[in-house]
Amino acid sequence: MKWQSGLFVALRFLIGWHFLYEGISKLVHPEWSSVAFLAESQGIFTGIAHWITSNQNVLHVVDALNTWGLTAIGLGLILGLFTRGAAIAGTILLVLYYLFLPPFIGMETAAPQEGNYLIVNKNLIEAVMLLLIAVSPAAWNYGLDVLLKTKKK
Amino acid sequence: MSTIPGRRKVLKAMAGVPVLGLLGWEALRGIKYDARHDVREEIIQELGLDDLLASVRKVSNIPGDLIRIGIVGFGIRGTQLSRALGFMEKSKFEKELAEQKASGEESLKSQIKQGNLNVAVTGICDVYDLRAETGIATARHDIFTGGDVAKKHPVKRYGKYHDMLADPTIDAVIVSAPDHHHAQMSMDAVKAGKHVYCEKAPVHREDEIQPLYEAVKNSGMVYQLGHQIPQNAVFQQAKEIINRGLLGNISQVETTSNRNTPTGAWIRHLDNSGEPKPGDENSIDWKQWLGKAPEVPFSTRRYYSWARYFDYDTGIFGQLFSHEFDAVNQLLNLGIPELVSATGGQYYYTDFGDIPDVLHTSFEYKDKGTTLTYSANLTSARARPRIIYGKDASMTIGGSLSMTPDGSSEKYKDLIKNGLVDPSKPMIEILEGSELTEAVDAVSGASTSYYASRGLTTTSINGKVWDVTHLHLKEWLDCIRHGGVPSANIDMAIQEAMVIAMADISYREQCRTSWDPEKRMIIRV
Repeated sequence: MKWQSGLFVALRFLIGWHFLYEGISKLVHPEWSSVAFLAESQGIFTGIAHWITSNQNVLHVVDALNTWGLTAIGLGLILGLFTRGAAIAGTILLVLYYLFLPPFIGMETAAPQEGNYLIVNKNLIEAVMLLLIAVSPAAWNYGLDVLLKTKKK
Repeated sequence: MSTIPGRRKVLKAMAGVPVLGLLGWEALRGIKYDARHDVREEIIQELGLDDLLASVRKVSNIPGDLIRIGIVGFGIRGTQLSRALGFMEKSKFEKELAEQKASGEESLKSQIKQGNLNVAVTGICDVYDLRAETGIATARHDIFTGGDVAKKHPVKRYGKYHDMLADPTIDAVIVSAPDHHHAQMSMDAVKAGKHVYCEKAPVHREDEIQPLYEAVKNSGMVYQLGHQIPQNAVFQQAKEIINRGLLGNISQVETTSNRNTPTGAWIRHLDNSGEPKPGDENSIDWKQWLGKAPEVPFSTRRYYSWARYFDYDTGIFGQLFSHEFDAVNQLLNLGIPELVSATGGQYYYTDFGDIPDVLHTSFEYKDKGTTLTYSANLTSARARPRIIYGKDASMTIGGSLSMTPDGSSEKYKDLIKNGLVDPSKPMIEILEGSELTEAVDAVSGASTSYYASRGLTTTSINGKVWDVTHLHLKEWLDCIRHGGVPSANIDMAIQEAMVIAMADISYREQCRTSWDPEKRMIIRV
């Protein structure tokens, strides 16, 4: 059981790292915009994606929400602060990425990809892993939440 | 129970801190590494392009007196030009605004924000009643103030354009009638003391070139030809790159037009349900429409699809190549070639007018050591980029610009050797559109290459999106108010007219044409 808990926490750190660095790299490159990703959108969210890209103000809000969302979720997961909330928010974000550009048959994209995917891609796997973290108390150990729980008592 | 957590618990709670510390440390190392290895900065420094944005013309905001404009010919282009000036039919404007509001599109809103040019369209002249009425309704509603400015200035319809030219309340004229009227109307307008914005092409026939030139030069009026491409910020930066010799010796320029619809081939006499479009001899002044063209009975095909007939147009050369030539001539100052050769044929849309579907032309500039080639296809929309080939680098220029070093370049030998640039990838990309527009992007990887390039309809200057046709009209109006020479001025127009005439004669008479600069005339070879 100890091993199990340790691996859950390690998984939380790894995913947190991934999120936080995605956020940081967007912060240090202020010219970054989601426009290229959204322009490639296919499937049910294409309409929304095009609405976002055609509207500068909306695009700025989406870019800012994404950057700070990634950063906050990453911090939450690594520090173990509001772990469950961070994990659920991360799941939602990943499912959104997945749906904006789903690897379904016939949905080719010009965006560069480093692998080959059919229905399942890394976004989907990471989303499910975050959901697992959200429902597994073993993953909530080793984090600031431990202190919050103490205070509540 | 104590509320102070135990030491063990605190340690447990802080487990993430070292992870965070490690990430922070590594991220900082990464940022420092990137700063030292900023390929983009390095290439820009190396090429001396850090001041490239300064080459983009600023959009002026100098107020001036009201200019009263008359429009001759209110067809498709007349409607587009009115819109670029800020005039739209009220019902059309409101409908489109509501549609865009629902879909979240902002093109009309951003157009309103472009600002009032302080003009009024006070005269409309069209041979067709329906179009003249549309023109009047358009002129009565300006989109900047919700129609208030237009209301103050009554719009008059003129049956003949000469009457419009004789009216002292008209300051300037837009000529957007079919091509066979362009030269005569422009000449008559400048002689009547009106400034002229003429749609391309400037003339229809060779013998109109010299009279047009002399008429405009002697008049002192501002003449602008309708080529909006040079207003694009990307083109102004391309010109700067070329002027600094970064492409090396330029040996060839390749231009193309690619379309694959009947409308694109100017077959426009039928409506969406396949019925002939409205208009007959009672509602269209056919004699005036024909002008100096050979007398033929009224024909809906000829009236709507005039660009397919050599009686009224030079076809692909006047309609499409004119834009290509102007774009290239603005960049390279090529001028008039020594030798032109054109071949092609009408192989698909047979029995409809005279123009070819496929056309290939080469223009030899012996004194400059450069060949301009133009290839057009009206039955395939496969896009071919506009490419400038230099000894050291080639440039693809459309809505975006990319410059790729040549593998055998002497100039970039060292940069290629030390891996800073790669002959298989662009070394400079200037992308048109949204956030990236004004960024000069030197690219070392393929990451940005999938951004779709945009068309030539809008450009971004100082973070604001502009309709290039609006900018082109604005340049004309600025020159009228404050003096100066517009970019598509009479000298550029005459070069273009001559080049088109040489190509047109070469195709129609199946000969090569050369240019005698002393006698200023075209010679059949």
